[in-house]
Amino acid sequence: MFNQSLALGQTATPEAVQFWILAPIAVIAALGMLFMKKAVHSALLLAWVMVTLAIFYIAQDALFLGIVQIVVYTGAVMMLFLFILMLVGVDASESLVENIKGQRGASILAGLGLGGLLLSLVARASVSQPAAGLKLVNQTGNVQSLAGQLFTQYVWAFEVVSALLITAALGAMVLAHSTKPAVRNKQRDLSIARFRGKSLADAAGLPGSGVFARHNAVDVPALLPDGTPAPTSISATLKARGDVISPAPFALEHSEEVEE
Amino acid sequence: MDISNYLYLSVILFTIGATGVLVRRNAIVIFMCIELMLNAANLALVTFSRVAGNLEGQVASFFTMVVAACEVVVGLAIIVTIYRSRRSASVDDASLLKS
Repeated sequence: MFNQSLALGQTATPEAVQFWILAPIAVIAALGMLFMKKAVHSALLLAWVMVTLAIFYIAQDALFLGIVQIVVYTGAVMMLFLFILMLVGVDASESLVENIKGQRGASILAGLGLGGLLLSLVARASVSQPAAGLKLVNQTGNVQSLAGQLFTQYVWAFEVVSALLITAALGAMVLAHSTKPAVRNKQRDLSIARFRGKSLADAAGLPGSGVFARHNAVDVPALLPDGTPAPTSISATLKARGDVISPAPFALEHSEEVEE
Repeated sequence: MDISNYLYLSVILFTIGATGVLVRRNAIVIFMCIELMLNAANLALVTFSRVAGNLEGQVASFFTMVVAACEVVVGLAIIVTIYRSRRSASVDDASLLKS
């Protein structure tokens, strides 16, 4: 398919077997992440891709990075994603309406173009010498060697990154902090509002539910003297949920006779 | 198997992530796609580290992970803030600047 001029050296057979098992699964999981309608499914598939990449890191003599990948990415980052999904609403489904006409087709085309370009670029690249491997560098242990580099040559970058971490934590706290709405009404305030309001009709409290009907339950509105249901007798929550039963079957059968 | 196969895998994952950023409308899924792109780049860095025979690539990959963690924290906080004011996590709904 491609001109394989980029020969970097062969891996051992176990690594090859591992690669050919895990790499297709990783690609399928990534594609699934792209096509899943629900964000939670995407998050779980992405977590799987990250675990696969951690295995690849460990296979490539990057033990420390492999462990950090599992702890930081699948452990912290993906859990943060799931937390936010729970906060924002799991079933916030994706709208399929295109705001810009033809944007989806154009972006898929652009993605395929980018992929083809990058693949051919990698296929055409060539390195003069074969892969050196990390056996020599990792002689004293991968963590020790990495720490040696990190705390000598890259110590300044390390310090800057720590400042970045603190700034990010502060920024997240500032952004996600919500000021509480004004002081909540207490019993005294509610009482004053009832008696000094426009009408004294509700001063003694709202009517109870279902009292005038034969059926006495919270989901049946009470009947007013003229036989109509009293809307204020039902909790607003039940109304919003649509759990309210019509009072008609429970109304007095011979209300006209009673009136006479 | 040639070591360069890791690079091909990295390129494929990066492409999937980039396409996802363009195609999807849910801000959180877009964010996940960005994470996928960062991870793909990390895989390429680790492979280059193995090819070159030194740890520079792994150090760069380490810093990428730290910066990605910061980016996730701030980005998700922004998404939560937008969700609070607009009641939606879709990038199409954050169009206040559009006349």
